[in-house]
Amino acid sequence: MASLPPIDLPAGTSGEGAFDAPVAEPSREKLFDYLLRLGDDSLILGQRLSEYCGHAPSVEVDLSLANMALDLIGQATLFLDLAGEVEGKGRDGDALAFHRDVLDFRNCWLVEQPNGDFAQTMARQWLFSTWQKSLFDRLANSRDPRIAEIAAKAVKEVAYHQDLAAEWVIRLGDGTEESRRRMVDGLDWMWRFVPELFEMDGIAAEAVRCGIGVDVAAFRDDYDRRLREVIAGAGLEPPADQRPILGGRRGHHSEHLGHLLAIMQFLPRTYPDSKW
Amino acid sequence: MYTTEFQKSRDRKVAAIEDPAKLAAFEARVAADEFIEPKDWMPEAYRRTLTRQISQHAHSEIVGMLPEGNWISRAPSLRRKAILLAKVQDEAGHGLYLYSAAETLGTSRDEMIEALHSGKAKYSTIFNYPTLTWADIGAIGWLVDGAAIMNQVPLQRTSYGPYARAMVRVCKEESFHQRQGYEIMMVMAAGTADQKRMAQDALNRWWWPSLMMFGPPDEMSPNTAQSMRWRIKRETNDELRQKFVDITVPQAEALGLTVPDPALSWNEARGHYDFGEIDWEEFHAVVRGEGPVAKERMKARRAAWEEGAWVREAAAAYAEKQAAREAA
Repeated sequence: MASLPPIDLPAGTSGEGAFDAPVAEPSREKLFDYLLRLGDDSLILGQRLSEYCGHAPSVEVDLSLANMALDLIGQATLFLDLAGEVEGKGRDGDALAFHRDVLDFRNCWLVEQPNGDFAQTMARQWLFSTWQKSLFDRLANSRDPRIAEIAAKAVKEVAYHQDLAAEWVIRLGDGTEESRRRMVDGLDWMWRFVPELFEMDGIAAEAVRCGIGVDVAAFRDDYDRRLREVIAGAGLEPPADQRPILGGRRGHHSEHLGHLLAIMQFLPRTYPDSKW
Repeated sequence: MYTTEFQKSRDRKVAAIEDPAKLAAFEARVAADEFIEPKDWMPEAYRRTLTRQISQHAHSEIVGMLPEGNWISRAPSLRRKAILLAKVQDEAGHGLYLYSAAETLGTSRDEMIEALHSGKAKYSTIFNYPTLTWADIGAIGWLVDGAAIMNQVPLQRTSYGPYARAMVRVCKEESFHQRQGYEIMMVMAAGTADQKRMAQDALNRWWWPSLMMFGPPDEMSPNTAQSMRWRIKRETNDELRQKFVDITVPQAEALGLTVPDPALSWNEARGHYDFGEIDWEEFHAVVRGEGPVAKERMKARRAAWEEGAWVREAAAAYAEKQAAREAA
């Protein structure tokens, strides 16, 4: 649609509701919340993967899991540092990672799920990384250059995560009877957490309206198509749809997250005056 | 990370039955500091000694992931978590190069891993001690990686080409690890009373086991003479241990920490530190698998291997199916 010339609004005026309004700035609180979602997803999944270190089925797998964990912790650091900056209360990424409780975490349910067996770990990774890849592809065009820059850097890492996980889904699905059964179970466990990835609430909608965030609902079909391709490649059937489990973006999580945080946060909380 | 030679040599008589002409040519090449490559002729005892040493080194890297991995999930900041993850990842990488280097001598990785899990193969005694506090991660980087570097720098010129080349890359990464570990110690030693206590306690617990990493004293090290002659080793255990003490004591002083050895003193005449007697009984007990957390380490390694068997089988089955499809 051809657009009319932009209307210059007086400083401080909200463009919301105005005809062909220029993009507005999201409120500080909403942008902060949006950044927490991005950072917490990476942080919690990175923490989960790092639990594997030294215990993987082979040295090569150990390397690849640690590598992904490292990428994710790096993304989390960038997003959470930025979140702290946006919040403007003197908190940095560490303060946000180590001094919030469950209700203030904004990650999705999928990433906090326990590792389970290797098939469950790979099911989680594949469902998440496939989504995160599409998200970051688009986020790299964010109007906020700080977010765009992080996403543009991270998308290369995530492309590798997506490919690696998809290969494992195929290999395990089309490997032995046992690996097939485990892969089916792993996907079945994770499937109910997929709809949450595509949830568009007020904060996500505002971020989209401001040109800062991504309309995740818009790439749902593409995501489903990618999933179908890999599942077919693995010789599997897609799991039956399950009742969606939602709430992570509002701080309502599984029981697993509290235990994860207890371990992750223990040192900075036990010695709050220490620098490390 | 590094491992010492633990098994008593049974190879001494073997050299006698090798082809004397080939043996002489081999020894001349080694003496001329040439690299021996996988396809070159080598005495069986050389092959066996190297296979043992490189595989022990590889196992040490892999088992060494456990004490540090123990703290990745509890690292106190995002930066420290990333650094530790990268470090443990490097160790997995070292394990891979080293297994590959050992495989060039004709033993498969599966055979080596089997030998580790059965208790037949050894790994560095140092990893049989527990990591209790975050300062242990600093102390391991500083002392254990420091001792490893001391051992490994000469191995960059070891006579077996693939091992020497693996060591070049390993040494570069280990020196990062050592500095990172020392930096953790610096921050903690300059930190709160709790942090200083952790730092001193870590030094107290890791000091002696680090000195043991260089292996038994020269007079009790059965393989040293032969290994030096074949340039598998280039400096003796005691020489390397002394070097380590000389370099590390001033570093401890700079941290304001006390090395837990009342006999430690600078010997002006020797130009070295004198230090106390190592508890060799403890060393031999730990070599025998009686270290404080030796059972935990082996249990964790065996569990990872056994629980991952179905994954490796699936990968192999898939690869076979793919090959069959491509052939069709």
